[in-house]
Amino acid sequence: MLKQIAVYLENKKGKAAECCKIIKDQDINIEAMSIADTQDFGILRLITSNNEKALAALKANNFIANIVELVGVEIPNQPGALAILLKELDEDNINIEYLYSFANDNGQAQIGFKTDDIEKAAALLKSRGVKTI
Amino acid sequence: MANRYFNKEIETMSHSEKEVLQSERLVKMVKYVYDRVKPYREKMDAIKLKPSDIKSIKDIYKLPYTLKHDLRENYPFGMMAVPRKDLVRLHASSATTGKLTVAGYTQKDIDVWAECGARSLVMAGASENSVVHIAYGYGLFTGGLGIHYAAEKLGAVAVPVSSGNTARQIQLLKDFEADIICCTPSYAIYLAEQMQLMGIEIGKDIKLTGGLFGAEAWTDGMRKEIEQRLGLKARDIYGLSEIAGPGVACDCEFETGLHFQDDHYFPEIVDKDTLEPIGYDAEGELVITTLTKEGMPLIRYRTRDIASLSNAPCPCGRTSVKLNRVTGRSDDMLIIRGVNVFPSQVESTLLEFEGVEPHYHINVDRINNLDTMEIVVELSPSVKIDEVKTIEIMRKELAAKIASSISVSAKITLVSPGSIERSEHKAKRVTDLRKLK
Ligand SMILES: [Zn+2]
Repeated sequence: MLKQIAVYLENKKGKAAECCKIIKDQDINIEAMSIADTQDFGILRLITSNNEKALAALKANNFIANIVELVGVEIPNQPGALAILLKELDEDNINIEYLYSFANDNGQAQIGFKTDDIEKAAALLKSRGVKTI
Repeated sequence: MANRYFNKEIETMSHSEKEVLQSERLVKMVKYVYDRVKPYREKMDAIKLKPSDIKSIKDIYKLPYTLKHDLRENYPFGMMAVPRKDLVRLHASSATTGKLTVAGYTQKDIDVWAECGARSLVMAGASENSVVHIAYGYGLFTGGLGIHYAAEKLGAVAVPVSSGNTARQIQLLKDFEADIICCTPSYAIYLAEQMQLMGIEIGKDIKLTGGLFGAEAWTDGMRKEIEQRLGLKARDIYGLSEIAGPGVACDCEFETGLHFQDDHYFPEIVDKDTLEPIGYDAEGELVITTLTKEGMPLIRYRTRDIASLSNAPCPCGRTSVKLNRVTGRSDDMLIIRGVNVFPSQVESTLLEFEGVEPHYHINVDRINNLDTMEIVVELSPSVKIDEVKTIEIMRKELAAKIASSISVSAKITLVSPGSIERSEHKAKRVTDLRKLK
């Protein structure tokens, strides 16, 4: 399973930047990042080179943060690959709460997504021959 | 069958007899303080009021008010009406400013206080056969010692456990088979939770039947919860350290308001802005005059508590004036869209809500001629959030709880732990921007 850190950001300018700086100061790389934003607040989601250490640093700075497991899959770096994956998930009645994509060191496209039952989702994808991470 | 009254003659006295008694006592009291307490003499001289101008309880409104400020100015002994050798006890309470206020008691004052406490214990169903578990703090605070002397006066067994050490509290409640418990409402709920965790059976291991709870603001919801979880009848007891601790007023099983021990403490309600006396059944600031106190008598003491008084008869047969539940203090009260709101009500809702801490700040503003209220509250460090909807659901649920508690809708803003400023003394909980406009 893929692990990410989710951080609650109250709507204060600079909170996301502050969060990234805390992680950078620990010599931790941010490998992927997405922000879910509303009018009043946001949730920052991060995959880093050392999630445990990043989490401890954030908590020490009074951020509300926790580690959340995602389903991670690797998809061929070609047009339409993501669409195929999404269609398969839909056929299996797997509801995606949120999703983000990033590239690994070899330039391979990777997808991380959140769903109700990540174990079940990962097993179904595996049985369809999708490479999970 | 438990006693119905501790002092039937006084507690069921007719209104006309009570008025005669109160008048005699007030006339005597005014002369007493004029002769013995310089600040009272100065205040009366300043408005050319002579003790002889006070002929009955109906003249009480002529007397000047006494403020907490007067007690601080004359700290420690300037408000005492007897030489220090005649005092037998001093209690003190901390004020918001960090300064103490002190109250001195003579032996007779202690006896009167114990009598009023004993009347309250009887309202909670206690008798001379009772075991009274006292989990109020003992010390300068009046709670523990106040109920202690009341239990002894009643002839019951006082168990002076004081506060803290919950495991031992539960052990003693079991072993001594206490039927009456006295503590703060929030501690009663905590005790119930701990008992549940320890697998204690209410009714079998714990045989409580009644309790006196006070010294902090609580809601009817908390009363029901305490009654249900501890299997007892919860009575609301009122007191304040300047006048006397617990026992100044207490409600009976009919819950028609708190029976005010008005043979010793005379209550009035005054408009909190104009300070004009207002009648029964209207809300205002509670003002109390001690009618019999020797050590530190207080004349028309402004309590800052918001309440109303009722003169309606009570099925229990007690004839005293009744105090409605004190929901807040006039120096904290906010009026939002015409509704009285107390930060303490917001606080008790936050305390019950999972996922937030009782660290909060209230912002009030007026936008397009409409009052708006925002409650900024800290999330608990342990909450797990990775989706927007988690926060949205929490805000919606908390907003609904707040609306049902204070009858005003508020915007909820959830902030990170440590965002709200901490204060060593009483925190500043409210920013009212309407005042700046
Ligand atoms: Zn009654």
